[in-house]
Amino acid sequence: MNTKDALIKYCTRLADNNLILGQRLAEWCSRGPILEEDLAMTNISLDLFGEAESIYEYISTLTDNHLSADDIAFLRSEREYSNTLLVELPNGDFAYTMAKQFLYASFAKLLYTSLLNSNDETLKGLSEKALKEVKYHIRHSSEWLIRFGNGTSESKTRVQNALNDIWKYTDDMFEMDEVDNELISTGIAFDLKDIYTQWNFSVSEILKEAKLTKPSNGLSIKGGYKGIHTEHLGHILTEMQYLQRAHPGAKW
Amino acid sequence: MEKDNQFPQWEVFIQIKNGTPHEHAGSVHASDKKMALQNARDIYTRRNEGRSLWVVKTDDIAATSAEEEAEFFDPAEDKIYRTPNFYKMPKGSTNI
Repeated sequence: MNTKDALIKYCTRLADNNLILGQRLAEWCSRGPILEEDLAMTNISLDLFGEAESIYEYISTLTDNHLSADDIAFLRSEREYSNTLLVELPNGDFAYTMAKQFLYASFAKLLYTSLLNSNDETLKGLSEKALKEVKYHIRHSSEWLIRFGNGTSESKTRVQNALNDIWKYTDDMFEMDEVDNELISTGIAFDLKDIYTQWNFSVSEILKEAKLTKPSNGLSIKGGYKGIHTEHLGHILTEMQYLQRAHPGAKW
Repeated sequence: MEKDNQFPQWEVFIQIKNGTPHEHAGSVHASDKKMALQNARDIYTRRNEGRSLWVVKTDDIAATSAEEEAEFFDPAEDKIYRTPNFYKMPKGSTNI
């Protein structure tokens, strides 16, 4: 695989992660447990859309097919999305959503931190900006985990169940293939095995503080980066793409 | 009025830039002070309104009541000599 194709694929994975998680989080709009959280979650959703947009813009400049960032975001089919599986999981209750946010944000922070050393100036710049946002996302979700875990038996049970359920999708974030190998050899991206080690450590620290049990590694479900998704992604796309499909080219 | 069944209420003070005072912006609900700061950030600084935040539990603020208004504030009404209206400004001190 040549470097340019690998870079396009790599960026698509990263942008799709942001877009799909942002879309999921936006589902909380007007349904938050309290007004303050409603705003917090939609703020974070908009951060993620912003990150996705800048990466799609970059992809658009890398490809020769004249697709705009909007075309890439809204006009692909399910198998062409290469987000990791965790971000497409349904929101569940508030504890489930916070557990998801925490596990993903912890990954994203380490990934963006590694990309600060990338040879690709655009990726480096994007990561610098995204990092400030992602650090807040970790703070927001981890403070909730700590409170759920140290709260009532109900809150602790709910968040522990959520972690147990989501855990089998976390390995998928660290999957590597020829895309990663090409970019690692050219100094554009970095080994996700190293990021996994750090992720494991920082997640364990917060779970300890939250008095929650880190689920054991058993079954793991993978395939997101290759476009093999859970049944949930199709439903997200149906809603997200409706407007562009029904009214092609519609703009605000 | 229906009882407020959300988290306790906190008052939010925002400093717009360094050196200016923290000004009251509004209130938020939160379980504790750390969360109150986060909620204040999400609600009151999302359009780049501030550089620093204070929160204080609404219950911890001592306030004057409407009944006390007259004895607290009316006596200042006729003490015009407490304002600097009668001083002549030196020439050139236009920016004071």
